[in-house]
Amino acid sequence: MRTLLKEDFEFISDRDISVDENFASQGYWKGVAVHFFRNKFAVTGLILVSVIILFAVFAPLVSSYTYEQIISVTDSSGKEFIAKSLSPQIGASAEQNFFADRTFLFGTDDMGRDLWTRTWQGARVSLIIAFVAIFIDMLIGTSYGLISGYFGGMVDNALQRFIEIAGSIPTLVIISILAIFMEKGIGLVIASLLITEWIGMSKIARAECLKLKEREYVLASRTLGAGSFHIIFKQILPNTIGPIITQVMFSIPVAIFTEAFLSFVGVGIVLPQCSIGSLIEAGFGNITILPYQILPPITVLAILMLGFNLIGDGFREALAPKLEDM
Amino acid sequence: MTKYVAKRILMSVLTLFIITFVLFVLIRIMPGDPFPVERMSAEMILQKREELGLNKPILEQFVNYMSMLLSGSFGNGTSLYNGAPIKPIMTACLINSFKIGVLSILFGTAVGLAIGIVAAINRGKFLDGLCTIVSILGVCIPSYVFMIFLQYFFSYKIPFFPYFFDPSNFLASSIMPSLSLSLFAISTIARFTRNEMLEVMNSDYVKLAEAKGLYGFELIRKHVLRNALIPIVTVIAPLVVSLLTGAMVIEKIYGINGVGKLMVDAIAGQGVDYNYVLALSIVFSALYIGAMLVLDILYGIIDPRIRLATKEG
Repeated sequence: MRTLLKEDFEFISDRDISVDENFASQGYWKGVAVHFFRNKFAVTGLILVSVIILFAVFAPLVSSYTYEQIISVTDSSGKEFIAKSLSPQIGASAEQNFFADRTFLFGTDDMGRDLWTRTWQGARVSLIIAFVAIFIDMLIGTSYGLISGYFGGMVDNALQRFIEIAGSIPTLVIISILAIFMEKGIGLVIASLLITEWIGMSKIARAECLKLKEREYVLASRTLGAGSFHIIFKQILPNTIGPIITQVMFSIPVAIFTEAFLSFVGVGIVLPQCSIGSLIEAGFGNITILPYQILPPITVLAILMLGFNLIGDGFREALAPKLEDM
Repeated sequence: MTKYVAKRILMSVLTLFIITFVLFVLIRIMPGDPFPVERMSAEMILQKREELGLNKPILEQFVNYMSMLLSGSFGNGTSLYNGAPIKPIMTACLINSFKIGVLSILFGTAVGLAIGIVAAINRGKFLDGLCTIVSILGVCIPSYVFMIFLQYFFSYKIPFFPYFFDPSNFLASSIMPSLSLSLFAISTIARFTRNEMLEVMNSDYVKLAEAKGLYGFELIRKHVLRNALIPIVTVIAPLVVSLLTGAMVIEKIYGINGVGKLMVDAIAGQGVDYNYVLALSIVFSALYIGAMLVLDILYGIIDPRIRLATKEG
């Protein structure tokens, strides 16, 4: 028998190693991300929302006007002209000649403010309201739902009866009562979102908790002497994140819509502050004479709603992929 | 079943009572007076407070208010501009809102069902894609964006429909508002109907019916639709509620004298009219709870499985 020499062996190159791709092990979140980015609609939604957020963050910073600035020029005789209601199409009225060298991408409103800046400032305000309100809602709703689901029995019964009663007050009534107590403005909008939106969040957290608390790992943790607080927030909470994020994605467009709705009926953002809703309200007042004013805020609103809904749908599918999509 | 219904009714009445109490207390503990104090002398304020019974203990006030409610009155408006009885004004507004609401629910259900059925039958074909796009847009784009565009194009650019609502010309002027209010309902119901239909169409008993030689419209009507329709009742409940908030916007856009507008005037007008807010809040809550109750019971009647589940639970 011949002894094996070094020359009998050769290194196999990387390409010869075949890795089983079909059954490759994959982290939970990596799997979710892969499914999410494979979904064309979800990616479209993500792009739409990112573009709007980028504009909302940077457009007001680089604009040559501020959102509350009334733009005017003074001619040689000392007469002041205000850039009132200039449509984006140049050269319609005599007054526009004074502003021929300026560009107003979306035109100006009837007070002489730049609509480009105001639209993105409005988008910024609306997004901040939505994110802040939904974030706090998530904290409240999740804790409430987890506590209710984990302890069960009397605690659950009492907490659920409370939700039942709180949930049967129409949103409109809650907003009206709040409108009496509070000043109109951002605070009122956030408060009404806080009171109404956490209920859905808590229902999802409770349902997840009921499923998870019977699992072995929870029992193991309890056997090792973990307290309720530790089990709820360290053991159960991390496993409920998925459904909660999906709910958050669907709640954000609701929040944006609620803000727009409140400002539109006149109990939301007050001038000279602006939001998507207040811009639509202002545009609606002039729709028959200056229809260009309502287009930018309405388009931004529609893109945001569509984008967040697509992302939410994508998340839901990515978290619970059906067999046929695998 | 009787026990279930009785329990639900009792719960609803109790909930409404608690809500009324909370609303009443909230409005009464509010700082300040319900009338323009800066324009009145000290005696006038005292006299006005006496007149409205605001100097009595809060529980006594609540008992008085409840007995007034139960005798079918909502008291008077509190602001100096409008001290007239609330009930007739509110009734007139309720009728206007109710007409538009019922029209748009009927319209939304009919059109939504039709779209959903067409989409399900033509699954994967062009019509299905079209229906999906329509329903996604309807859910994502707020209805009042549609309303504004509908009004702009079909009432202003092409003056086909009246620009504003006019009770004397009800039929023509209510088409636009109820159509725009129903867009959300159309898209929700269409999406739901399509999914339910597809699920039922894949079930064994429909395959059996097909194997026995049943096909086309007869199959859809007798076997698919009946079973697919049951869960759709559940989507209608939240839709009825969204009508309330939708009504607020639509009444502003089309100038309808309805309850939404009345509420906005009461909170955003000159000086809050406390009694109007209270009366309207109670009516809204009662409508909401009532709608939920009716739909719950209806659901139990249509689908016997629900009844069994609640009996066990």
